[in-house]
Amino acid sequence: MSPALPSAPLLEALARAITVDPEPAHVVGTGGAIGAIGRYWVGQWVSSRLERDRFPLATVVVNVLGSFALGLVVFAGASEATLHLVATGICGSFTTFSSFSVETLRLYERGDRALAIGNAAVSLAGSLAAIGLAWGLVAAL
Amino acid sequence: MADPHPLVRLETLALIAIGGFAGSNLRFFAMESLPDVASIVLVNAVASAVLAVVVYEAEAAGRLSSRARLVLTTGFLSSLSTYSTFALQAALASSPLALLGVVAANYGLGLVGVLTGRALARRLGGPRPVGGETT
Repeated sequence: MSPALPSAPLLEALARAITVDPEPAHVVGTGGAIGAIGRYWVGQWVSSRLERDRFPLATVVVNVLGSFALGLVVFAGASEATLHLVATGICGSFTTFSSFSVETLRLYERGDRALAIGNAAVSLAGSLAAIGLAWGLVAAL
Repeated sequence: MADPHPLVRLETLALIAIGGFAGSNLRFFAMESLPDVASIVLVNAVASAVLAVVVYEAEAAGRLSSRARLVLTTGFLSSLSTYSTFALQAALASSPLALLGVVAANYGLGLVGVLTGRALARRLGGPRPVGGETT
């Protein structure tokens, strides 16, 4: 009877806890970094082509594109690890709610009230339509 | 200011990436600890409030450098909050009423967050009045 025997399951559980636990957080974080840089790039690209401050088009673009991509991976039935990387990480960080809400209030404050409400409506309708389109694409393929 | 030094550009991207890593991890932690819809409402409202503090404080006093703001807002806060997961939760809602509830919670508390952040920033900004609003 080896004294090490009873501790083996414990060690195994410990090893599993140590090796498996940090993994999803690293995967999500890596996706988050990719998504944030992608959003920054889209922002730079859009604002270099359009006059700034008129309408927060960059935020609408990232939110609709990100919702479409999220719909694709979720409806395609991706594995849990892929969902962590792409859904929670990349799509989650690529899209933004905080910029959307602050920009909407700023439009409203500036007196562009119709644009503010339009921004809120277009963001929601566009993202829901993008998710619907993703669902349709996955169902058709 | 289209193209600063390549190393500065690289540093900016690295800082945004770090902010994105941290923000998405905090959101992931919230999703693991709270129910799905509640966790997204919470991160969206909190990130909206903090972003409003940063944006309106910049207008009133501007204690943070523009680079620090970029990292905090574009990197961390925009990654902490998310629109896509919220939109998917709305799309997958079990009934029209549930869809309305998800949208109302995110939009409503996001707005409350922004207004709270704005009020806080103006108080932090000191006695100097900003804008002409009376309420």
